[in-house]
Amino acid sequence: MSTDPSVAISPVDERSGPMVRFEKVMKSYGSLVVLNDLDLEVARGEKVAIIGPSGSGKTTVLRMLMTLERIDRGMIFVDGEPLTSMNRNGELVASDAKHLRRMRGKIGMVFQHFNLFPHMSALKNCMEAPCTVLGLSKMEAEARGRELLSMVGLGDKLFHYPSQLSGGQQQRVAIARALAMRPKVMLFDEVTSALDPELVGEVLNVIRKIAAELDVTMLMVTHQMGFAKEFADRVCFFYGGRICEQGPPEKIFVSPENERTRQFLRACLEAT
Amino acid sequence: MKFWDWNFTFEILPLLARAALVTLEATVIGFVVAAILGLCFAIGRMFGPKWLSIPLAGFIEFIRSTPLLIQIFFIYFVFPEFGVEIDAMTAGVLALGLHYATYCSEVYRAGLANIPRGQWEASTALNMSTFHVFRDVIIPQAIPPIVPALGNYLVALFKDTPLLSAIAVLELMQTAKIIGSENFRYTEPITLVGLIFLIFSLIAAALVRAVEVWLRRRVTHS
Ligand SMILES: Nc1ncnc2c1ncn2[C@@H]1O[C@H](COP(=O)(O)OP(=O)(O)OP(=O)(O)O)[C@@H](O)[C@H]1O
Ligand SMILES: [Mg+2]
Repeated sequence: MSTDPSVAISPVDERSGPMVRFEKVMKSYGSLVVLNDLDLEVARGEKVAIIGPSGSGKTTVLRMLMTLERIDRGMIFVDGEPLTSMNRNGELVASDAKHLRRMRGKIGMVFQHFNLFPHMSALKNCMEAPCTVLGLSKMEAEARGRELLSMVGLGDKLFHYPSQLSGGQQQRVAIARALAMRPKVMLFDEVTSALDPELVGEVLNVIRKIAAELDVTMLMVTHQMGFAKEFADRVCFFYGGRICEQGPPEKIFVSPENERTRQFLRACLEAT
Repeated sequence: MKFWDWNFTFEILPLLARAALVTLEATVIGFVVAAILGLCFAIGRMFGPKWLSIPLAGFIEFIRSTPLLIQIFFIYFVFPEFGVEIDAMTAGVLALGLHYATYCSEVYRAGLANIPRGQWEASTALNMSTFHVFRDVIIPQAIPPIVPALGNYLVALFKDTPLLSAIAVLELMQTAKIIGSENFRYTEPITLVGLIFLIFSLIAAALVRAVEVWLRRRVTHS
């Protein structure tokens, strides 16, 4: 579009580079170091499962990407652009509200406890942000909401309120709500942990479906090792605020190299 | 002289009815001011920058710990010294609204603080603007549980409107006083004013109850 070569190059670069990149990211709460020089790259369309013991910083990684948590040091890039800082006249400065909102638009998140808006129907939950943020008309937003809710198997529950839905159904609404913003990256933080065992399957099926039908990069913190194994392109084992070991699921689950990974997987096996 | 004169009663009833409208007007406008300003106070105090939240907290504390009557006098008699001329009704309504705004703001604060963090985080994750988060997510959930407390302040504000008689607003109390002094009969006007207040208070309490039930049903859908 532009004839300026420096501008013309960057979009190409953006499209081919990784979707998400953490560079030496540090995060601590007081004296507790939660993430320690974390490096992580996620390619476009890649599905990454994040596993690891409690307190290893898995949730923190997703929350930082969603800008729900500040980072102390390092850089995060999304879609080739810095997330928590921005370029101003060739200088890196802390992102202003406008930049943050533009970057956030690329990312969607699904929470462990759904966090649906309890005073809105399933459909309204899915329409709220498309209307107010993307500026869609009511009709467009409703069409999008209906389509997504039927995609997650809730086409017949459009006007139900969260309190009238089961946990599994609520979580599926939450997934549809996040997808309605058309994010490039979807973050899932233990989205089945708060569910009764018999409801886990329906939510995982929806996630499988999204992976198959939509072109979206996924980062998923999970304790369902079986699901991580079949679903993920890559598994990252977190330990003490770092990626201790990573690789394709066949390798991590079948022949892990690191002793800590082995210990963790053994403990997971014993628990089930 | 009879203790109670029915003819006199019916004679003054239209006057008092007109004055009741003034009282109602002061109540409604005063409470609208209190409800809106109170919400602004609460939001400014909870989420505003320090240069706003700290002075605001001091101001709220100051208003809450000085008598309403002084505030009414202050607005009516002292503001004109600074070139702000306002008529008695406006000054009275403003004082009522401001005074009760500080009480309402504490109620709002409790309501806002009760919204789970997840609601804020979900809104951020959906990239919503602060304005839309407050308007569509936070405030609609914060208000229903505090309707009873706000309703109590509505009734309290209503019962404080006789203070406006101190700056000669022709509301119920002032009208009753004038009727009394002109006819040398206070029994009927003062009693009637008391009765009118009782009836309105009961109606207001019932309305607040109804709104409360309606809101609860709307929010929980159960
Ligand atoms: N707001 C906070 N204040 C203080 N410490 C925190 C805060 N949030 C998280 N932590 C701590 O940071 C560490 C990492 O937390 P995080 O939630 O990322 O772990 P996790 O890997 O998701 O664990 P889990 O499997 O239990 O969810 C934990 O020790 C936690 O106690
Ligand atoms: Mg976690």
